[in-house]
Parts: sequence; C-alpha cells; structure tokens
Amino acid sequence: MLIHEYQAKEFLKHLGIKIPEGGVAETPEKVREIAEELLVPVILKSQVLSGGRGKAGGIIIARNPEEAEASARNLFGKKLITGQSGNRGLTVRKILVEKTLKIKREIYLGLTVDRRNEGVAAIVSSEGGMEIEELARSNPELIKKEYLSPETGLLPFQGRNLAYFLELQNGAFNTFIEYLRKLTGFFLSHDLKLLEINPLILTEEDELVAADAKMDFDDCSLFRHPEIAALEDLSEASPQEIEARHFHLNYIKMDGHIGCLVNGAGLAMATMDIIKYFGGEPANFLDIGGGVTEEAVSKAFEILIEDPQVTSALINIFGGIVRCDLVAKGIVASARKVSLKKPVVVRMEGTNVAEGKKILEESGLPFHFVNNFEEAARLAVALSRT
Amino acid sequence: MSILLDESSRVLVQGITGKQASFHTQRMLEYGTKVVAGVTPGKGGQRHLGLPVFDTVEQAVKAEAPDVSVIFVPPLAAAEAIMEAASAGIKLIVCITEGIPVLDMLRAKKFLKEKGSLLVGPNTPGVISPGKSKVGIMPAHIHQPGSVGIISRSGTLTYEAVYQLTSLGLGQSTAVGIGGDPIVGLKFVDLLELFKNDLQTEAVVLIGEIGGTAEEEAAKYIKQSNYPKPVAAYVAGLTAPPGKRLGHAGAIIEGGQGSAGEKLQKLKEAGVKIIDNPARIGQTVKDLIS
Repeated sequence: MLIHEYQAKEFLKHLGIKIPEGGVAETPEKVREIAEELLVPVILKSQVLSGGRGKAGGIIIARNPEEAEASARNLFGKKLITGQSGNRGLTVRKILVEKTLKIKREIYLGLTVDRRNEGVAAIVSSEGGMEIEELARSNPELIKKEYLSPETGLLPFQGRNLAYFLELQNGAFNTFIEYLRKLTGFFLSHDLKLLEINPLILTEEDELVAADAKMDFDDCSLFRHPEIAALEDLSEASPQEIEARHFHLNYIKMDGHIGCLVNGAGLAMATMDIIKYFGGEPANFLDIGGGVTEEAVSKAFEILIEDPQVTSALINIFGGIVRCDLVAKGIVASARKVSLKKPVVVRMEGTNVAEGKKILEESGLPFHFVNNFEEAARLAVALSRT
Repeated sequence: MSILLDESSRVLVQGITGKQASFHTQRMLEYGTKVVAGVTPGKGGQRHLGLPVFDTVEQAVKAEAPDVSVIFVPPLAAAEAIMEAASAGIKLIVCITEGIPVLDMLRAKKFLKEKGSLLVGPNTPGVISPGKSKVGIMPAHIHQPGSVGIISRSGTLTYEAVYQLTSLGLGQSTAVGIGGDPIVGLKFVDLLELFKNDLQTEAVVLIGEIGGTAEEEAAKYIKQSNYPKPVAAYVAGLTAPPGKRLGHAGAIIEGGQGSAGEKLQKLKEAGVKIIDNPARIGQTVKDLIS
C-alpha cells in the first residue's frame, strides 16, 4: 500500500530525519498562507499516488505567494496523467507546499525487498533525482547496494561502505549513517516493501534533507499495523473497486467492453490475455479468490454487468477450492436482481461443475454455455460487438 | 519415477484441525496419499480424520516419521510453521497459506538454508505426482499419470493446463505450483534441474506470470545447461496494466521490469516453445513431443 509523500515525510520527521519546512493544503488560499509563512520561493507538489508527477506537470516552483496561489488554482482538481496512472489520470486534491532548498548535491537512497537475492537491499547513488532503473541500466557503476539480513538490520560497516561510496564528509558522513540506520529499522519494523528518498539533498549548508519520500507497505502485513492501514487513500478507487474490496474481491477496472469473472489471479490474467488475443478488450480484472462466498460472487457479477462499458461478459471458473455450484448460485441471484440483458458466456470446469451448470440452466436466464476455454473467449468477443 | 513425491512419501498436515485443512486432508486420503499425522498445538493426543494429532512437529516426527509436511496455518503463523517443520528435520515442506508478509518469508528462507529443507510455496496449490501422491488442494480428477512435468506460479491456471493435457491424453509426471508470492521456496530453475534427471519426464511446461525475474532466470538456465528435454512456456499478464497489483503479490509490473513481453523474449531466445494462446497449452505440448 502506497502512502502520500506528505504522510511519508511525517514518518521521517518522527525518525529525526530532516525534511523541508512546509505544509499541506487543500485550497489555493491555504497554499498562499503557507507560502507567506515560508518566505519565497516555494515548491508546490501535487499529492497523488504515482511517480512521474514532475513530468505530468504536477510540481511547480512559485516565486511569491500570489504566484503560488495562482498555480495552486490550476493544480487543484487537475487530472495528472503519469506513466502509472492510466488514461483516466489522478485528481490533485492536496498540495504539499515547501521551502526550496539550496542544493549542493542530490543523492538517491532506496530500501527494497530484493526478490532475487532474498534480502533487503539498501541502494544509493550519487546521481539522485533521476529514474534509478534508467541509471542502473546506463551507469551501473554509479550505484552501490548492500544487502541486509532482516535479523541483524544494517551493520555499521555497511553504512560506512555506502557513505564512503557517496564521498560524504564531516557531519554529513555521520548524519547519513544515522539516517540509514533509522530508516532500515523503520523498514523492518513496519513491513515496508519499498522506501525511497529521491533526492536526498546535501544543502549548501552541508545538511542532509529528504526532498522527496516514497513508502510502499506490504499489504499482507497491514493486519499488524492498523495505524498504517488507516492512512490508505481510497479517493482514486472507483466506487466499484471500493465495493469489491469490501467483499474481498480483487477487482481492477480497465477500459474494454468484456466483463470478466474468474477464480485465481493467473487464470484471470490468462482470460484477459485470450480476450485480447482474439481481438477483444477486457473491461476488468476480477479474481473472486479461493474463500469466496455466494454473496460475494453475486456482488462481483453485479459490479461487472452494471458497468455501462460492458457489452458482454465471460465467466471462467475452474473449480478447485471454489465450487462451481456456489458460483452459479451467486450469479443467478444477481442476474435476477439486475434483470440481465447483456450476453453472458459461461465456461465452467472442476469441482461440482455438473451441479453448477444445472443451476444456471434451470434459472431460465440467457447464459451461453461453452466447454472450451478458446471457444468461450471467441464467443464473448463476438457478442461484445453485437 | 517423478519428482518430490511418490507412493512412499509420508505426509504430515500442519494445522490439520482447521476447516480447509480437514477438507483437503480428506481429499488427499481419498487420493491415496499416505497422510500419517497432523499437528495442532493444544490438540495433541486427539485423533482427527482417523489420524493421530500432535502438539508439535517434533513429536509427530518422532512418532510417525513423516518426510513431507503440508501447511494450512493462518498467514500470521505460517512462516513460523515452516521454520518449525524445517527444525524438526522435514525434508519437503509445502506451504498452501496465502498472504504471508514478505519479511516473514525472508526470515523463514534464511532459516531453511541453514537446515537444508526444501520448500514449495507459499501461496501454492501444492504438488501432485498423479497416481502416486497428492499434497495440496488441486482437484485430483483432472490429473492422469504420464510424462509431462509442470512448473507453475499460478493455481487455477495450472488446473487449466493439466486439464488440457489430460483431455489430449497426455499425463503428468509431477505438477508443482511454486506459488505466486515474491519470496517462494523452489523456483523454476530448481525444478527444471529435478525434471532433467527424472526418467519419467519427457517434456516440461512452465507457467509464469508478470513480476519478478524467475522466468528470466529459467531462460538463462535452459540456455546455459543446453537443457535436454523440450520446454514450453506460457506467461500470463500480457494485458496487465503496469503498476497495478493483480491478486498475487507477485503479479505486478514495477518500473517496466518483469513484463510478460520481456519474459517471453528471453524464453524464446533460450529455445523454449512459446505458447501465446492459453487455450493451446495442451496442443502445443502435444506437437512438441510428437
């Protein structure tokens, strides 16, 4: 779960890591007020849950409070389309207003779970501010990594290795090691997947200041960190996504016309892929999961069939833990409720398949039964166009 | 032969008295799997499904000498259950549990390395050597003994692949779900190595998905080892939107890395037969070995 920059910076502040002076605003007037307090110039940073905000026009420097207010007026309500946001964009609802820094150097500092090496990697680069993936490809010599064990955390020599690599001196050398020690401790105790400070600024006064902060927490661990779970921002989730989440359904809206209802993430992705393979466009990703109830299936079907973009639906169930009859009952209940008019292709296999098909057939509702995965996809694509 | 499991495998069920565990233990017994005992702390001395229940894995090992353990305990306790099994000397641990925190798994894996146990999963349907033993939650009836080895990161998509193979008369030597989480035990490369030396296995199917680098590592291994058996691969998630989490912790593309296109390219370069239509997994393998 990603949190906003301003929220991440609150954590940094509590850890004793320096962040720029500033505040969060939800109105242009408040932006101006903060700018007046800070003395100019200030930087306005749109708080949306995505990287690439600068390129999308979400980060603006203002020379005086009037300019800050005017820029904020343009930013609030604007849809930022970043590389990760999809075509719909992300609406700017909050702006972080900060004092600009006198920059001597920009450093990259990242902590992440490294799947390949099965440890926590601490990554630094003297070329902060850039896309680290790009840099790793073009100039790997500018990046240094240390692998930490979750038991021991950061060992002092690892901190020194990274600080020497960055050629930090005097006070900044020790401050950097202290920051890193605190950050790794926080990472391990709060179950993060990713923590990035990019850039970490070395100011002309030789202070280290976190100019940006990104924190991504492990969703599976949120049950033991309720204070983190409470920070989740659902303002960008569609009403359907919020409803689906309530029923523990894994639903993601997409831009196509064929609604999909599938059990298992792999099969759900394969179902989207095959729709595309035959020239169609999936309207959503939907994995009903292994522990699904009849009520949740009902809700799942309702969400996808009521999507105005959907012109046909494909139900692809391979019963294992999930029983076909349970899915069938759930579908029939909601199909009756919404007075089903859109064509629905059903492909079922596995546990209790005969019972499942019987329930659907006896409902008298217009389902198209297909036994074969490929034919089911072809039919759903054809029906989406009629 | 077959890999990981055969008729003689003695299986322990951790968390046996739970609802899911009870249901699936029953199915395993029906299949003929030699389930010898269960563990639920606090319920030692009872009998469940006709099997002895112990408080600890250590006690179960002493009394019934299992060599495989299947874990059905909740996510909070699962990593610790893996470590308990390894500590008691269980050779093969299959962890079905979904949703274990990543850092817990990092700790468990480090522990496993010291103990030398093998882990399948977590977040896996398990392992089956058809006709011999089933350790997991997969529907048994779609399988049939034969010569195709399956290694998959997905659950229901594995069933789909098995179903297609069986429908075409192609049986399976062993089907292994390696799990969809970021940190798992045995990976494609470990299992390819086992299948390489398995006389029953004539061809291997890899079922991957977006995220991580397991498929890229498999491609590298296949190329460098001049892998002696034909391999076919399907990678799910060509149409997945970047940066979105699709169900598995594993199924996410971050910063352009781990995309399906990239993985398929690497596998293709390694001489793997690429399956672009997931409804043709069975047919592709049939063409490949005939």
